Amino acid sequence: MNLTLKVWKQKNSATQGSFETYQVKNISSEMSFLEMFDVLNEQLIEEDKDPIAFDHDCREGICGMCSMYIDGRPHGPWSQNTTCQLHMRAYKDGDTIVVEPWRANAFPVLKDLIVDRQAFDRIIQAGGYISVNTGNAQDANNLPIEKAKADEAFASAACIGCGACVAACKNSSAMLFTSAKVTQLSLLPQGEPERKSRVLDMITQMDKEGFGACTNTGACEAVCPKGISISNIARLNKEYIRAGLIV
Amino acid sequence: MTWKQLFISSVGKKVVMGLTGISLVAFLLVHAGLNACIWANDDGQMFNKAAHFMGSTVITRTLEIGLFIGIILHIVQGYMLAATNKAKRSIGYNVQLGNRGSKWYSRSMALLGSLILIFLAIHLSDFFIPSRITHAGLETPKFYDGDTTAYHDMYRLMINRFQDNILAVIIYIVGCIALAYHLFHGFQSAFRSLGVHNKKYNQLLTSLGYGYTVVVILAFIMMPLSIFFGWIS
Repeated sequence: MNLTLKVWKQKNSATQGSFETYQVKNISSEMSFLEMFDVLNEQLIEEDKDPIAFDHDCREGICGMCSMYIDGRPHGPWSQNTTCQLHMRAYKDGDTIVVEPWRANAFPVLKDLIVDRQAFDRIIQAGGYISVNTGNAQDANNLPIEKAKADEAFASAACIGCGACVAACKNSSAMLFTSAKVTQLSLLPQGEPERKSRVLDMITQMDKEGFGACTNTGACEAVCPKGISISNIARLNKEYIRAGLIV
Repeated sequence: MTWKQLFISSVGKKVVMGLTGISLVAFLLVHAGLNACIWANDDGQMFNKAAHFMGSTVITRTLEIGLFIGIILHIVQGYMLAATNKAKRSIGYNVQLGNRGSKWYSRSMALLGSLILIFLAIHLSDFFIPSRITHAGLETPKFYDGDTTAYHDMYRLMINRFQDNILAVIIYIVGCIALAYHLFHGFQSAFRSLGVHNKKYNQLLTSLGYGYTVVVILAFIMMPLSIFFGWIS
């Protein structure tokens, strides 16, 4: 199939960007969206033009690196899917596709479609960890965990930190990401010692990074490639109130 | 969370919005219940006595102060929240599919809130200010048999406002519709902000929110309509 691509091009974070229009030809419906970008970049290199910079790593939908805002939706039209797992069968011949970077002041554009998501790392550093004694690991069966809690913690741990929630949120809030990490650790006995300081410190860091506040619109949940539920945010609120106001 | 964080942190701001929002939801229920006394069709006797009761006891007058503090906090915090959230994305998207996963009214709480604020100003100047401050239109007190109390004839004030005044009726209906959409999102969102995360309860609260909103708003809309069309006299 032949497609028209309108892609955001920006030299670096200090310059202003704009949309460039590209034509790609003979794209197979079997290709992934990123492979289509690889074809386009090869074509651009042959033409001695600047290729499009975009983030990618595992291309298996689990690393959270790919981050394209495709036709008004993070990770494109398929639900619970990452950009790398989006395939060209989602499109038909003659389509025009608009690709933008994540837009949030906390995620400055580094080049083209690549944004700096280190703010997420700093939120994790602020409290998204557990303390573990040195020495041999104890037998995992020594810590009984209720099945329902283990399942819920696992569902929250599925967050890959891609930032689609921030990109989709009208407030550029990182609350779904932060809440998934807080929920995952607060449900498990290993997370108990830092339970209070974790939620307070992570929210303080989240605010410091320049993310907005959640207004429960649900846009994040709808675009999350891992189906992280917005209930995590309500749990985060509970953890925060519990840590700060109640005890 | 310190008291300062309650007002400035992203979660704290929402806690303030949720707490004040729920108190306003409770107030609306009382307001609708008392106003429903106009349908007793007794020339306003029950309604005027109810209004008199609300304005003459220490408890209700104290609650009234709390209500005003709640409204002001909700408005100020709401606007600050909307402004800071908007400032978090300086460059917007070229293509925006706003309808994915979020309702238009969930994204428009500040706009709906502003419409409600305009409506509130009109509403207060119509009834609250004459009742408490100017007494305009309430110069003639109303007496009922076996009762020496001189009542403010709030019922007459209400009839005069909506009788033969289609514009006032339309303004009130538009205000009520804005309030309905604000509540469709706000009711369940308030509980989420206060930490209700259990899906079973969230579903229940969402349904309860829709039910509450439909009943309360329809009751409010029916009041000016009842007067305009002469269903009560």
